[in-house]
Amino acid sequence: MSKDDKAAGLMKTIMPEGFVFDPERGARWFTRAGHTGFLGMEYHDHGEDWIELALPWREDLVGVEETGVLASGPIISLLDNATSMSVWTRQGAFNPQVTLDLRIDYVRAATPGKTVIARAECYQVRRSMAFVRGIAHDGDIADPVAHTAGIFMLVSSEGWSKP
Amino acid sequence: MSDYRLPPYARTMGMEVDHIEDGAPVIAMDFAERVQGRPGFLHGGAIGGLLEMAAHAALRAELDRLGSDSRIKPVNISIEYLRGGVQERTFARGEVIRAGRRVANVRVEAWQGDRSKLVASSWMNFLLAPPKEN
Repeated sequence: MSKDDKAAGLMKTIMPEGFVFDPERGARWFTRAGHTGFLGMEYHDHGEDWIELALPWREDLVGVEETGVLASGPIISLLDNATSMSVWTRQGAFNPQVTLDLRIDYVRAATPGKTVIARAECYQVRRSMAFVRGIAHDGDIADPVAHTAGIFMLVSSEGWSKP
Repeated sequence: MSDYRLPPYARTMGMEVDHIEDGAPVIAMDFAERVQGRPGFLHGGAIGGLLEMAAHAALRAELDRLGSDSRIKPVNISIEYLRGGVQERTFARGEVIRAGRRVANVRVEAWQGDRSKLVASSWMNFLLAPPKEN
């Protein structure tokens, strides 16, 4: 068995293509390790076509040492993940995808010490692409920290991951 | 510019100034579990964080050259992901397109082993604010 076959096999065992995606269980699974686990992302809430992930404030993720404001990097990661999972939430199934593009507007600095919550919605899925938007806030969604819009490309599971 | 101090987030992620190229720092980040997204590949957010750091560093360098001590605030970023980031060291460098009185526009690219094969390309806008009075 080649390395790629083995990888594809393992991926199918863990998360087969078209596998029923339970947003809460799925989000917990996808935030347990790797970059998301390292940053400490957590499942927060979900609906039919949206999901919320939370990122608790942490000193070592700060962007401006003097103020304690969270760096924007972790906010990109949070919005990337939340929007990505909103696609699976809308579909009710896991299908491999990659980020095509992501635009983020930083409306204001996140409040030091506060957890940032990303609410992401998938508003359309076409044959090749899924369209998403999202808001990051630190308690009041009417007073957002950041806004995002992005597109995911739906891809074949072959070579999608290399465990 | 070699004494450019990266913020806590960047140090946590393992980012460092690799070298200076035409006045702008090339920021590098090694592959590790902490930057991994789907198994075997870089997380898009980690790539975004690296791009932002390179954009910020390039702008700081340009402002230093112009003798400006303005504060830099990120306004927005747009990232195109061009190919999957593999398990290698990743580099990013920003190019200041314009540094005006209130706004600066920066283009940033990220690559791995082969510089002609970009992992991501992006633009980023910054607001320039006068330094805080002490």
